[in-house]
Amino acid sequence: MKKPRSNFGMQGLRSEKEKYSIFSLARNAFTHHENWAQAWKSPEPKTEYDVIIIGGGGHGLATAYYLASQHGMKNVAVIDKGWLGGGNTGRNTTIIRSNYMWDESAGIYEHSLKLWEKLSQELNFNTMFSQRGVLTLAHSEHELKEMNRRVEAIRLNGIDSDVLNPAQIKKLVPIININPNLRYPVMGGFIQRRGGTARHDAVAWGYARAADNLGVDIIQNCEVTGFNIKNGKVAGVQTANGPIKAGKVGCVVAGHAGVLAGLAGFRLPIDSRPLQALVSEPIKPILDTVIMSNSVHMYVSQSDKGEMVFGAGADSYNSYAQKGSLNIIEGMLAAAVELFPVFSRLRMLRSWGGIVDTCPDASPIISKTPIDNLYFNCGWGTGGFKATPGSGHVFADLIARNEPNSITAPFTLNRFVDGYLIDEHGAAGVAH
Amino acid sequence: MLYIKCPWCGYRDDAEFHYGGEAHIKRPFDADSLSDEEFSEYLFQKSNTKGLTLERWVHTSGCRRWFNVLRNTVTNEIIEVYPSNQLPSSQAGKEYYKNNWRRKSAAESLTTRQVEK
Ligand SMILES: Cc1cc2nc3c(=O)[nH]c(=O)nc-3n(C[C@H](O)[C@H](O)[C@H](O)COP(=O)(O)OP(=O)(O)OC[C@H]3O[C@@H](n4cnc5c(N)ncnc54)[C@H](O)[C@@H]3O)c2cc1C
Ligand SMILES: [Zn+2]
Repeated sequence: MKKPRSNFGMQGLRSEKEKYSIFSLARNAFTHHENWAQAWKSPEPKTEYDVIIIGGGGHGLATAYYLASQHGMKNVAVIDKGWLGGGNTGRNTTIIRSNYMWDESAGIYEHSLKLWEKLSQELNFNTMFSQRGVLTLAHSEHELKEMNRRVEAIRLNGIDSDVLNPAQIKKLVPIININPNLRYPVMGGFIQRRGGTARHDAVAWGYARAADNLGVDIIQNCEVTGFNIKNGKVAGVQTANGPIKAGKVGCVVAGHAGVLAGLAGFRLPIDSRPLQALVSEPIKPILDTVIMSNSVHMYVSQSDKGEMVFGAGADSYNSYAQKGSLNIIEGMLAAAVELFPVFSRLRMLRSWGGIVDTCPDASPIISKTPIDNLYFNCGWGTGGFKATPGSGHVFADLIARNEPNSITAPFTLNRFVDGYLIDEHGAAGVAH
Repeated sequence: MLYIKCPWCGYRDDAEFHYGGEAHIKRPFDADSLSDEEFSEYLFQKSNTKGLTLERWVHTSGCRRWFNVLRNTVTNEIIEVYPSNQLPSSQAGKEYYKNNWRRKSAAESLTTRQVEK
C-alpha cells in the first residue's frame, strides 16, 4: 500500500493559480471575492466510468480522491442522491480520536488520525483540524478499572493515552463539576491529546475539490435506484437520471447501506438508527477539550464559532426519518448540566438527526460482497467521521487492487460467518 | 418522538418503552444442523427495512408487557399494534410478514415450535 505523499498542498491542483493561499486571498480581495474559481464542477454523467462511488459523503469523496491520487484511476464518478456532504458527514459532532481497544481498530483509526494530521496541507483546504484532546470520563469504580485496562491496550499499539484523576481533570477543564455527590460522579478519565475535532463540511469540500481537480466527476441530486449485474458481476448502476456503466462500484451510503445491499440482492448485519445532536447559542471560549461520557451518553465540544456542540446516544429504534425522540436529548442535557452547571442557562439553537448504520460489533464493514467488483464500506455507525481519510484511503486500495490489505482484511463481511468479530462496543458502540 | 399505543395502557410517549428489534425471528430448533452461513443469516442479518416493518416493543415503565407493532420507518406512522404471540391482521402487515426473506430462510424452515395461529 502506498503512503500518501505531501507535495506542499498541490496534490490534485492543476496550477499554482488555483491554490488557496494568503496570496490568492489578497488577489481575490481586489475583485471583491467575486471571481473565485468554482471548487468543483457539476458535470453531466458520462455513459461509462471505470469506478462509480455511490455516496458523496466524506468517505465516498475521500475514496474517489485516493483512487485518483494513489492509484491513477481518474475515470471515476461520485454519485449522491442529495447534496455533497448532506448525510452524516454534515450532521456529526466531529469528534476525532484513535484510542480504540482492539488491534484491528487501532489499525484503521490510527491510520486515519495520521492522515488527518497532514490533511489540510495535502488537500490545500483548511479542514480546521484541531488536536485539542479528547477526554473520556469514568463514573464508577468499575468503569475506571476497565478504562485503565483499555489504556494499556491502546498504549501497546503505540497510541497516546493517559489516565487522569479528578483533580487533574478539574485543572484541565475548570468548568467541570467533580463533586463526588453527583449521581454519576467524575471518578477519573482518559485523554488522547492527539484527538480533537475538524470542520465537517470542509472535509467533504476539500476532498471534493481535490478529487474534481484530478478528473473525478461529482454528480449530485442523482439517486442510485438499482444495480446492473451480469453473471454475478456488477456492470453498472441504475440512477434517477438513467443507467451508467461501470467496471467497479463502491457503495458508501452509511444509513442506507441496507437499502443498497437489498437492491444488489444480499443483506447486511446493519440496523439504521437515528443519532441526534444539537448546538447552543455561541458563547465566549469556555471549553478547549472534547469531553465524552459513555455512561451518561453525553459528548460536548466548543466549535470555533463558540457554539457548544452536544451529542447524545443513538435512538433505540430503527428509522430512516432523520430525526429522533426528544427524551434522548432531555437525558443528555440533564447529564450535561450536572457535569457543567454553567451550561444550565445556555439556549439551544438547533437540533437535528442523522441515520447511522450500526453493526452488531460496532465495527465497520470494508469488504468485497457476494457480487464481483461491487464493494461496500459501511457500518461506521455513530463514529465514522474520525475515520474519513483512513476509510477512503483503504477503500480505494481495496477497489483498485480487488484485494484487502492488512488494515481492511479484518473488516470483511465474512466475519459474521466465521465469528471473528471486532467487538468494540465498550469503546465505540455508544461513543463517537 | 413516537406515540405508541400499548395494547393494555393506551397511548404513551416512546420514552416509556424499550425497543425489541425485528419481530417474528424464530430461533432454529436444531441449530447444529445449520451451516455457518445459515446460522449467521439467522443471528446477524437484519431486515432493516426502509418503509413498513414488523417490530417488538416492551412497555418497560408501564405494564412491562411485550407486543408487536407495524410501523413505517420513514414516516414513523404506526399502522397496527398486536399481541406478541400473533401475526399482524392488517393487509399491509400480512403482506410484509409473508414476503419477508426470513420465511424462506434455512433457520426458519427448521423451526418446529409454531407459535402463530
Ligand atoms: C448526530 C451525529 C453525530 C456524530 N458524531 C460523530 C463524531 O463525533 N465523531 C465521529 O467520528 N463520527 C460521528 N458520527 C458518525 C459519522 O457522521 C459517520 O460515520 C460518517 O460521517 C459517515 O460518513 P459517510 O461518508 O460514510 O456517510 P454520509 O455522510 O452519510 O454519506 C452517505 C451519502 O450517501 C448518499 N446516498 C444514500 N443513498 C443513496 C443512493 N441510493 N444513491 C446515491 N446516494 C445515496 C447520501 O445522500 C449521503 O450523502 C456522527 C453521526 C451523527 C448522525
Ligand atoms: Zn403497557
